[in-house]
Amino acid sequence: MNALSAFLLRRRGGAGWHWTDVLAYLWLGLGLVLMFGPVLWLAVSSFKTPANLAEFPPTFMPLDAQAVRVQGYEQPLALFRVTLDDGSEKVLAQVRRVGIMAQMVDPQNPGPVIRVPIDRRTPVREIKLATANYAEPLQQFDFLRYFRNSLFVTVMATLITLVVNSMAAFALSKYEFKGRTAVLGIILATLMVPLSVIVVPLYLVVNSLNLFDTLWGVILPTVATPTGVFLLRQYMLTIPDELIDAARMDKASEWQIYWRIVLPLAAPALAVLAIFSVMWRWNDFLWPLIVLSRKEHYTLQVGLNAFSGELNVQWHYVLAMTVLSIVPVALIFLFLQRYITAGIANTGLK
Amino acid sequence: MSIVMGTGEGRAPGLSSWLAWPFRFLMGALNAPMSAVQRRFGIGGMGAVFLAPNMLIFGVFVLIPVVINLAYSLTGGTAIFFDGRYFVGLDQYKTLLTCGDYTIPSTCLQDAFWQSLHNTALFVVLQVTLLVLASLATALVLNREMRARGFWRGVFFFPVLLSPVVVGLIWKWILQRDGLLNALLLDLGFARTLWLAERNWAMFWAIFVSVWAHLGFYALILLAGLQAIPRDLYEAAMMDGTGRMRTFWRITLPLLWPNLLVVVILALIKAVQIFDEAFVLTGGGPGTSTMFITQYIYETGFAHVLRNLGLASAASILMGIVLVALTALQLLASNRRARKEAA
Repeated sequence: MNALSAFLLRRRGGAGWHWTDVLAYLWLGLGLVLMFGPVLWLAVSSFKTPANLAEFPPTFMPLDAQAVRVQGYEQPLALFRVTLDDGSEKVLAQVRRVGIMAQMVDPQNPGPVIRVPIDRRTPVREIKLATANYAEPLQQFDFLRYFRNSLFVTVMATLITLVVNSMAAFALSKYEFKGRTAVLGIILATLMVPLSVIVVPLYLVVNSLNLFDTLWGVILPTVATPTGVFLLRQYMLTIPDELIDAARMDKASEWQIYWRIVLPLAAPALAVLAIFSVMWRWNDFLWPLIVLSRKEHYTLQVGLNAFSGELNVQWHYVLAMTVLSIVPVALIFLFLQRYITAGIANTGLK
Repeated sequence: MSIVMGTGEGRAPGLSSWLAWPFRFLMGALNAPMSAVQRRFGIGGMGAVFLAPNMLIFGVFVLIPVVINLAYSLTGGTAIFFDGRYFVGLDQYKTLLTCGDYTIPSTCLQDAFWQSLHNTALFVVLQVTLLVLASLATALVLNREMRARGFWRGVFFFPVLLSPVVVGLIWKWILQRDGLLNALLLDLGFARTLWLAERNWAMFWAIFVSVWAHLGFYALILLAGLQAIPRDLYEAAMMDGTGRMRTFWRITLPLLWPNLLVVVILALIKAVQIFDEAFVLTGGGPGTSTMFITQYIYETGFAHVLRNLGLASAASILMGIVLVALTALQLLASNRRARKEAA
């Protein structure tokens, strides 16, 4: 035992444990529980039946009553563990319940009905995933529509953002023209004006353009991001002007220079902006909440909030839909974590 | 805003190729018209042409609203369009700022505004303090030599990607009356608490949840700062037999300071605007005990039957002034950081 603990606690270089080491491991352990725990709990809960969800204290795994088919009965019958009068225990299937008495039969030998007081029986349960939580909202509710709306908003907004921001960045990094500093200053100044400050007048603008309660009303106000222009401009400044001059000698049009030379060279910055734009637009909440009023136009976030705010929260559906809404984000995280973290560390963007 | 792109890092050939196809299609199609434009305006004029789409959208959806916002805050009425509104001068601001005693929201004309102001102030102070301390601790731990560092970084980082609505729902589910937390506490012999129905607890959880959600982001920035500190400084300190705490106070903290400053100000800017996750989690309740400024603006301007857009924009302008001041600070701080890095 001593040898084992000595092995486990052995450290590189033979140095002993410092109290900060202990703190560091405590922090990591606490982080693992606090960070993963809630999401794990969400995922597990989303597979529970409404009855299982209503239990308190909650069970950890999703449990559901085990049922069997018994000869002579059309419906599958729920299994119970029953303590009989003589003190023996037996697993019986319940035919029906009348008041405090349950009528039960032996599933192996469906002979006469045995009457048992209900407090003498406990349900036999097994781990079972309530996949209906996922299947039903997909059919009955507007979940798929919300999902499509969110997808549309995210993809369109990101594409437009990349195009208009990169064009502006190209202009601001590779051309000399009057008012360039002024434009830069204006963009810089609006970095300070977050959407939450201009929601009221934006509402008027969107209304005047007849974009109220449309997905384009959600998309357009978000696409000309000053952060994106800055990020791309800063990157394009590192592209040598000689390349552009050489292309001009070869009679390339300015547009061709932009998209065949500058854009490919700015691909890393574009990728970072694309990832961020997808995250921003997928997760947007306040502005869609204000602009969208009819249910069929809701994005996923607004739809989820509406569901969870209903008087009778159907948690089994809400939890399942929440898990589904995380899936795209989780995929992005799994495959692109390196780029996201490098992007944040390099740019301080969020 | 300091944007310093690493030249090598983030280079993603696979990524650029999947991003490329919609572009190639669009861009190829636009070549003919853009060449015509170029013949008309010449090479020198193309700068303005390239700038135009972005600035058009920007002007319509950002610059014009800023101006309208001022106009709104000087008018009254419930109409959206200006022909139905009337000029009231600074009355909206007067309404917002009239108070018997500024420390007691209930003596104010707009008690909800002052309540939300108080709540936001409390939230900002506590949340930013906790957030910065927790992300500093996380960055320090993640900066140690350890196995599977990528995994651990992911553990702390992934909530950053979750939408605020999802974050709110996850915690609402845990904190509800028959939720996981109460079950665990009952198991340990404590009484059941209605976490989101008691004023102080609701505020606590609003703070806790937003720290939970954003910790990873700030830890990442600080981690980058820590990794930029030259190794040989630590080696020299070790050779001199300097203790770990002394190394931290004398080397790590001073060299991390510029990054820490940026993190504090960024966190402040975000905290002042707190809305989404708190709104989903508590809905501003119980009563108005977790209602924050952004929610006040939203409710006054959009959620009430009698929408008061003038009052809402006056409040948003006051919030904007605070944010402009904070952002100016941030630019100053990150410029200093960039200059230090360049030196």
